[in-house]
Amino acid sequence: MSFTVQAMAASGSAEGGGFEAPSPADFYQPLIGSGQWAFTRPMLLMIISIIFIAGFLIATTRKAAVVPGKGQWLTEQVYNFVRNSVAQDTIGSKEFIKYVPLLFSLFMLILVNNLFGIIPPFQYPTFSRVGFPIGLALLVYVIYHAIGIKRKGVAGYFKGLIPSGLPKGIYVLIIPLELITYFITRPVTLALRLFGNMFAGHMLLLLFILGGQYMVLEGGPGLKVAGIGSWLLAFVMTVFEALIEFLQAYIFTLLAATYIADSLSNEH
Amino acid sequence: MQGNIAILGYGLSAIGPGVGIGLIFAAYINGVARNPETRSMLQSIAILGFALAEALAIFGLVLAFVFR
Repeated sequence: MSFTVQAMAASGSAEGGGFEAPSPADFYQPLIGSGQWAFTRPMLLMIISIIFIAGFLIATTRKAAVVPGKGQWLTEQVYNFVRNSVAQDTIGSKEFIKYVPLLFSLFMLILVNNLFGIIPPFQYPTFSRVGFPIGLALLVYVIYHAIGIKRKGVAGYFKGLIPSGLPKGIYVLIIPLELITYFITRPVTLALRLFGNMFAGHMLLLLFILGGQYMVLEGGPGLKVAGIGSWLLAFVMTVFEALIEFLQAYIFTLLAATYIADSLSNEH
Repeated sequence: MQGNIAILGYGLSAIGPGVGIGLIFAAYINGVARNPETRSMLQSIAILGFALAEALAIFGLVLAFVFR
């Protein structure tokens, strides 16, 4: 957020007025062009992340050894984590291997882009712009419906959405509820959860750091101490953010695996 | 005093998920304390429940910025 810090510092010292809290508009940072067709900072970060992930994975697995080196060990750990504790536990040991590449790619992409939120030269979580999580959620949305329809046929898939063994009268209630769950709530929450966590977390860091800066630069002696306290808290929140960023990558992958498992299973 | 009342909506929408997430992790800790071997199995269930409960608070946060 170095752009914003400079902008805020400039405006703060020029006006000498009150503190302006960071707003969602601070997340819009076009690099080339402006308006709807701008090439923005998160786009650049997404490209960098893809190049980085591809380069890292190729470099660490090209000369795979029986006794792994540091890089290969790290890749194997991440892969084993996604393969065993996400894919195998959720989808079941019979068919999970087909979906491991998808889940591993999702996990790596989200993890690296989230960690960009606290790594100094980047410091912008790509998924705090809502378009990126919507893209990933749409991908998962299409995939889990396609898997279900391919497995059970269109009629069978829609029949499978309704829990069996219910009295006929309750269908009036349950059918709209299930349709809303599968076609609206799931993709929307999948996208919004990732977006909301990244956005809110980064906003929190921004508020603590900019607030601390304002208090140290403009405030009296008491406020200067409070400003330093605010910076310390920003440091603690950064560590907390690292945890949240990992957790969100895990949750997104876990939910994608759960939805796929749900489409594959025979009963509701 | 100036401000945006939508922020209060976020505060209200955070109450329910807050209580819910607390209950989920209380049950998780309870389960692990009683039977430590189930830890890895309970962990993914607990985090799944946490993610579902948290969605409501995230809706509140997003809507607080939408209706400004």
